[in-house]
Amino acid sequence: MVGKSEPINGTAKSQPPPSPLSPKSPDLLSGYFSFKSLKLKTKQQELLIRVSILCLVYVLAFVTRLFSVLRYESMIHEFDPYFNYRTTLFLTEKGFYEFWNWFDSESWYPLGRIIGGTLYPGLMVTAALLYWGLRFLRFAVHIREVCVLTAPFFASNTTILAYFFGKEIWDTGAGLVAAALIAICPGYISRSVAGSYDNEGVAIFALLLTFYLFVKAVNTGSLSWGLASAFGYFYMVSAWGGYVFIINLIPLYVLVLLITGRYSMRLYVAYNCMYILGMLLAMQIRFVGFQHVQSGEHMAAMGVFFLMQVFYLLDWLKHLLSDTKLFQAFLRMTVTSAVGVGAVALGVGTASGYISPWTGRFYSLLDPTYAKDHIPIIASVSEHQPTAWSSFMFDFQILLFLFPAGLYFCFKRLSDATIFIVMYGLTSMYFAGVMVRLILVATPAVCLISAIAVSATIKNLTLLLRAKTKAPQSASGKGGSSGKAASKGSLDQSQPFQKNGAIALLFGAFYLLSKYVTHCTWVTSEAYSSPSIVLAARGAHGNRVIFDDYREAYFWLRQNTPPDAKVMSWWDYGYQITAMGNRTVIVDNNTWNNTHIATVGRAMSSYEDEAYEIMRSLDVDYVLVVFGGVTGYSSDDINKFLWMVRIGGGVFPVIKEPDYLVNGEYRVDKGAAPKMLNCLMYKLSYYRFGELTTEYGRPPGYDRARGVEIGNKDIKLEYLEEAFTTSNWIVRIYKVKPPNNRW
Amino acid sequence: MAIPLRLRAAVSISIFALLLILPSCSAQDIQVVNAERRIDLTSHIIKVFLTLKVENTGASPASEILLAFPPTQVDHLAVVKAQVATGKRKKKTYTPLDVNPKELPDAPNGTKYLSISLLNPLAAGEAVTLEVLCILTHSLEPFPVEISQSESQLVYYHDSALILSPYHIKQQITFIKTPTTKVESFTVVDPTHRAGTELKYGPYNDRPPHSYSPVIVHLENNSPFAVVEELVREVEISHWGSLQITEQYKLAHAGARHKGVFSRVEYQSRPGHSGVSSFRHLLARLPPRVHSVYYRDEIGNISSSRLRLGALKSELEIEPRYPLFGGWKATFVIGYGLPLEDFLFESPDGKRYLNFSYGCPLVETVVDKLTIKVGFITYQI
Repeated sequence: MVGKSEPINGTAKSQPPPSPLSPKSPDLLSGYFSFKSLKLKTKQQELLIRVSILCLVYVLAFVTRLFSVLRYESMIHEFDPYFNYRTTLFLTEKGFYEFWNWFDSESWYPLGRIIGGTLYPGLMVTAALLYWGLRFLRFAVHIREVCVLTAPFFASNTTILAYFFGKEIWDTGAGLVAAALIAICPGYISRSVAGSYDNEGVAIFALLLTFYLFVKAVNTGSLSWGLASAFGYFYMVSAWGGYVFIINLIPLYVLVLLITGRYSMRLYVAYNCMYILGMLLAMQIRFVGFQHVQSGEHMAAMGVFFLMQVFYLLDWLKHLLSDTKLFQAFLRMTVTSAVGVGAVALGVGTASGYISPWTGRFYSLLDPTYAKDHIPIIASVSEHQPTAWSSFMFDFQILLFLFPAGLYFCFKRLSDATIFIVMYGLTSMYFAGVMVRLILVATPAVCLISAIAVSATIKNLTLLLRAKTKAPQSASGKGGSSGKAASKGSLDQSQPFQKNGAIALLFGAFYLLSKYVTHCTWVTSEAYSSPSIVLAARGAHGNRVIFDDYREAYFWLRQNTPPDAKVMSWWDYGYQITAMGNRTVIVDNNTWNNTHIATVGRAMSSYEDEAYEIMRSLDVDYVLVVFGGVTGYSSDDINKFLWMVRIGGGVFPVIKEPDYLVNGEYRVDKGAAPKMLNCLMYKLSYYRFGELTTEYGRPPGYDRARGVEIGNKDIKLEYLEEAFTTSNWIVRIYKVKPPNNRW
Repeated sequence: MAIPLRLRAAVSISIFALLLILPSCSAQDIQVVNAERRIDLTSHIIKVFLTLKVENTGASPASEILLAFPPTQVDHLAVVKAQVATGKRKKKTYTPLDVNPKELPDAPNGTKYLSISLLNPLAAGEAVTLEVLCILTHSLEPFPVEISQSESQLVYYHDSALILSPYHIKQQITFIKTPTTKVESFTVVDPTHRAGTELKYGPYNDRPPHSYSPVIVHLENNSPFAVVEELVREVEISHWGSLQITEQYKLAHAGARHKGVFSRVEYQSRPGHSGVSSFRHLLARLPPRVHSVYYRDEIGNISSSRLRLGALKSELEIEPRYPLFGGWKATFVIGYGLPLEDFLFESPDGKRYLNFSYGCPLVETVVDKLTIKVGFITYQI
């Protein structure tokens, strides 16, 4: 409430300048008045400008995400989106109940997967609703187009949300800047370009919506806002596993408020309403189920919930007991016993198995080295790697410098709302440092806090410029009244270059912001708009060469293999094979069964005859490998192979990583380890590659992805035969031969 | 509105619609003075050119001439066209004639007949020269049925050395044109002569009606056996002045099945020897002024296509995602828009007519099953 009253003061203060100005220049005054009488009032003008800026930002956020459609085509990107697309297709074709009860026998052969119970349905339901809505309005769109444009659409909505959030925590100016910053921030665009049909696309919207509504509820103490935030939380839970961040951040925030003595009835209403309702709603999602009361990751929220009740009780008792000393003693007793009871309950729950321990993913967030040592399957994903400084710079650019400045402004004007955004910013920045993909979660916070910095700085500078034009005595009065502004605080009449300095700083700020815009546009168009299904490269004459090998192979599988064929590949391609190839896969990107993946990893890293046994036992008909040696495509299976060895070796100790290395070095040329040169993956990747000249002036069998001549050119396959290789050799498919007749 | 048409048996469909009772004319009254048959086996669509000089030796005028086909062949008959030449050498003009199926009660061995209705009844003692074009599909039988990548495709062609006819044929000759000089074997019915890509049966003299002498030619044919198993064409008439056509293809290579491995390195490095029977290009002849052409399939756009716009016709060269070997399939969709004024005409009585060809625009392909859907919006003013 305190936070809200200040901006009003600020705007009220910024209005007076015209009136002292009027006696000095009458001609300017008359012009001003004619302008005013013809056009809108200042407030209306401001509203008009604000609304038009928001509309432009809304459109901009959508349009800047269309690079991928213009460069390539309207298609689904990468890996996980293909699963989401496939399930959405199923949902729109078969209806919600079929979708909810869907048992998918096409993946994780022979285990299968209960799709309805193992996914976050928010994204699919959202897209299906959009689709049905458009169909109802007689727009004959294809579901694919809806899916492709879902993420940009939600990104646009997020900008509006950022505006309201910024308005809530600071003022409308900060809100506008936040909307503009988040619209083009690469950290967010990386996950929300057209075609990137992934949970994060809607989840960031849901995340910000929950936070905004919760802060609103805390600020107003209104039950309806609390209810709204519970529904926002429900949407978030239905959309993305990242909801765990919310259910831990909000209790943490509440705890901080309690510790700093900011406990209020508003907070009590907001948190209890949000937690209880949000929890009950979240239990409706099958994948989440009873985790809110059973899983260790959700216990903090419950603990804080009980703590709130203790606080309320104490408040009430304090009201009843007028004696402070008595109360102090009681307080000590109650807090100790409450904490003790909580600890005992947690201990008993954990020991009895009622409360499940933290999952590996959660551990790896708290301890970045955990996954590397214990769960190679998490560590093997590139987006789970710790973030490099360069990617921070790449994704945030100037926001990285504005972020601390914004934190400074927030601390200068602490309120419940700014405490929230500070905590959101700091925790998410930590998580962004742990995992690359969590930069996404940090982006809204970084944009909001940076927006505060930009908005406050520019506001102060412009105030300074305006203040200069009027009488010096009134300027000093103004400086005193709004003394919290940093540059204003240092404002002194004895500084002669103040105005020039302010102008220079303003120009500097605009220069930086325009740099930010060009950087974001460049990053979006160059780095984040590739669908990674279709690869593009520059030809020798500067022309654009398209490598459409993935779809070539998947379509070949779809058309020319028996409908019940089982395809074994590394799990990265599982979703794509089921969605585009329409064939059963052994493992896919939903890495729920480590043993199954390890079995595939073991098959890939064994000799052919051993691998054949494994493949026979898994009923495999085709093996698919991705090979970049001809095109120089570096994210192929040979480069991922060590992870297969590690994951396979994690479950089957017969596979040992040192067998594939030479002096700790991974190589594929003549000096490679003998096991490496004869394992299935090597054979399948390089089969008959030794006959091919890939580059002029190089010996045949020159691997362009690794820049070496391969070590084993004479590869004979005994149990498999080449079934298909795409035109650029990127995907190679082998058929597993049936066993020989015994007689 | 859907008009399912089996192109292969297009003729036989119209038969049942128009069962004509023609004045029965005894076959013995007509004889074929001279018959020449040229069979073109260069692609998988077989063209048979038949030139018949027919004479009426009876007393009454004859108004129709019968063509006879063995039952195995009539099922594969796609098109039969007949024309008669009138006028002398320089001013020769051809007039197309009606061809209708006809059933005769005493057909030996299930022989099927088609009757050609003459423009003017053939008076006694007169002669006329008819030219007949028959197109046969699915008549080349691959043997061996399965080939590997490096082998070339060999096919059987079954026919008769003698022209099957209900009439007495005085003199006849048959030429078979093969795509290459490589002919594994052929049945000899003396006199038979083979030179280069041509195989000559005959001349044979004075053969009685319904003479039949089966021959088998085993030859090499590596032309693309492109068969559209199913084609659904949707023609959408838009009131915005555009005709939108969407064509869904189920394409297959109907030649000898591919066996064993597909080796990309061989396919790439020795294009003349490896995978000679496979094909990767198709050509679609589209009307001129075609616009917004797309070529895609279920999983997205296929980037390998080229469009050449011309004044008389547009050519769309498409390439499936992968080369098609025997037995391999590919499905795709071609869509394009056309200006409506080129195809919609208004008659004086206010009715509008759409004049649009229903066939498949792909050249050198056989369509097994064709469905046309015409969609338009009707509203009353």
